[in-house]
Amino acid sequence: MTEPADRDLDLFEPRETDVFAGFEGDIPGEPGRIETWIRAYGPAGVAFVVVLVLWEGLTRAFDVETFLLPKPSEIAQRFVVNFDVIWAAGFRTFFEALGGFVVGGVMAVVMALATVRWSAVREGLLPFAIAANTTPIIALAPIANNWFNVTSPVSKMAVVAVIVFFPVMINTARGLLEVQPEELELLRAAAATPRQVLRLVRIPSALPFFFSSLKVASALSIIGAIVAEYFGGPQDVLGQYILNRANLFQFPDAWAAIVVASIIGITFYMVIVVAERLAMPWHVSLRKTDTA
Amino acid sequence: MSDAVVLARGVGKVFGAGAARVEALTGIDLRIDQGEFISLIGPSGCGKSTLLRLIGDLLQPSTGELIVNGKEPRQARLDRDYGIVFQQATLLDWRTVRANVELPLEIMGVPKEERQARATEMLSLVQLQDFADHHPWQLSGGMQQRVAIARALSFRPALLLMDEPFGALDEMTRELMQQEVLRIWTETETTVVFVTHSIPEAVFLSTRVVVMSPRPGRISQVVDVPLPHPRDVDTRESDDYYRLITEVREALRRGEER
Ligand SMILES: Nc1ncnc2c1ncn2[C@@H]1O[C@H](COP(=O)(O)OP(=O)(O)O)[C@@H](O)[C@H]1O
Ligand SMILES: [Mg+2]
Repeated sequence: MTEPADRDLDLFEPRETDVFAGFEGDIPGEPGRIETWIRAYGPAGVAFVVVLVLWEGLTRAFDVETFLLPKPSEIAQRFVVNFDVIWAAGFRTFFEALGGFVVGGVMAVVMALATVRWSAVREGLLPFAIAANTTPIIALAPIANNWFNVTSPVSKMAVVAVIVFFPVMINTARGLLEVQPEELELLRAAAATPRQVLRLVRIPSALPFFFSSLKVASALSIIGAIVAEYFGGPQDVLGQYILNRANLFQFPDAWAAIVVASIIGITFYMVIVVAERLAMPWHVSLRKTDTA
Repeated sequence: MSDAVVLARGVGKVFGAGAARVEALTGIDLRIDQGEFISLIGPSGCGKSTLLRLIGDLLQPSTGELIVNGKEPRQARLDRDYGIVFQQATLLDWRTVRANVELPLEIMGVPKEERQARATEMLSLVQLQDFADHHPWQLSGGMQQRVAIARALSFRPALLLMDEPFGALDEMTRELMQQEVLRIWTETETTVVFVTHSIPEAVFLSTRVVVMSPRPGRISQVVDVPLPHPRDVDTRESDDYYRLITEVREALRRGEER
């Protein structure tokens, strides 16, 4: 007969711990704010400038045709000239993306909570959600335009909502379900109600999963809205603007619109990063490291 | 005669069925009285954790009868008759040390002021009053485990269950923690059931050592430890201490051979 694997941690190597090495509070000689800021964002800023300079230099040096790849200076010029039109389109597209993001996100959280409450949802629906998450849902866009009024932002929001739903639902459900067994035993020992288990352990444990899925979803929502716009609807949105300008061979205009889409996407992402920091300052990834 | 805090009669536990069937415990008869410090010792897989979890109603026995504080284990759990400490401190990272200690009280619906007062009291009991507002990850392993003990004792349970609480600590810290736990046991008059696989630890801490053997898990011998209290460094160097360590070691070896 084979020996069953020992369930507990008897094989655990003793960890080196030092009872005297307490936390020392604020580290003396901590770098100043500006210095920290430069250290954090400096490399990315330098890389950005280097890429722009190379791009400009190489397109000039090799005389690359504008319709293939416009120079950054050309894009910048069109960005300024069409500033009002592109940003107005950008905000309409963002409105669609945000609407879908909120609706899809809320539905995802509700479903994720349902997986904890009902095993039927966990065992019956979760596998489908996981499968759906790996399919290119964006292919639904023309169909959603057909289901909902194509001229209404709701048709784009619907696409975005579906795209956002799956990653947020799956990751949040994972976070809610994958709680350390000892944490559950601890609460059971204290005779906690299922509601208390949810509030005190499951939801806080799920927050890191929830926020990282929101970050993915924020990018997906802008992409989803623009692609949905490619399949028809009002003209005054980013997708249609890019499409029309490209059809007219006005590529620098199209690129300027893509720049706006990127700025909106990055800003959206950053807002979620800030929300994440506010919601879980305790998380490993956000702790102040004490190594200089 | 004092009251039995734990009373087990013919308790057995089987996991799984068919080929995966494991008889984790069989024929456990044990009586633990108020104020005792009992260690469960034995090789890995002999059912120490299982017995502890049965007492705590985290598992249910397959056979036999188990009474905790004069009631069914489930009722004892619902009445919060015991506190539990695992090998890993299992502190919640998003709560401060103080809020971790308050957790069971919060679950019980104890009012805020009382909770705070109790947490302050418990943190000074484990000598961590200066770390109340820190987060768990800012503490060393030994300190984290002291927080876990403070949390387990925060609602003054009659029984403290500890499953290899110092198993992940280095030897130095371990000895300090043993001293600490004895002091707490004396001050709070709690009954303790302590799982370990360190013979010196079991002897140093306990009033009785329950020696277990595997396949199937059972009690092979119970060794009385009549060392005087308070116990300290001198205890560790006494002849009686060595004699008892030898006695437990031989009991373990006999259990293995059978
Ligand atoms: N939940 C479980 N499911 C199946 N087998 C288990 C479970 N818990 C423990 N066992 C088995 O029961 C036996 C006793 O385990 P345990 O009580 O953890 O031993 P110990 O704590 O003394 O090392 C082991 O063979 C282990 O594999
Ligand atoms: Mg064990």
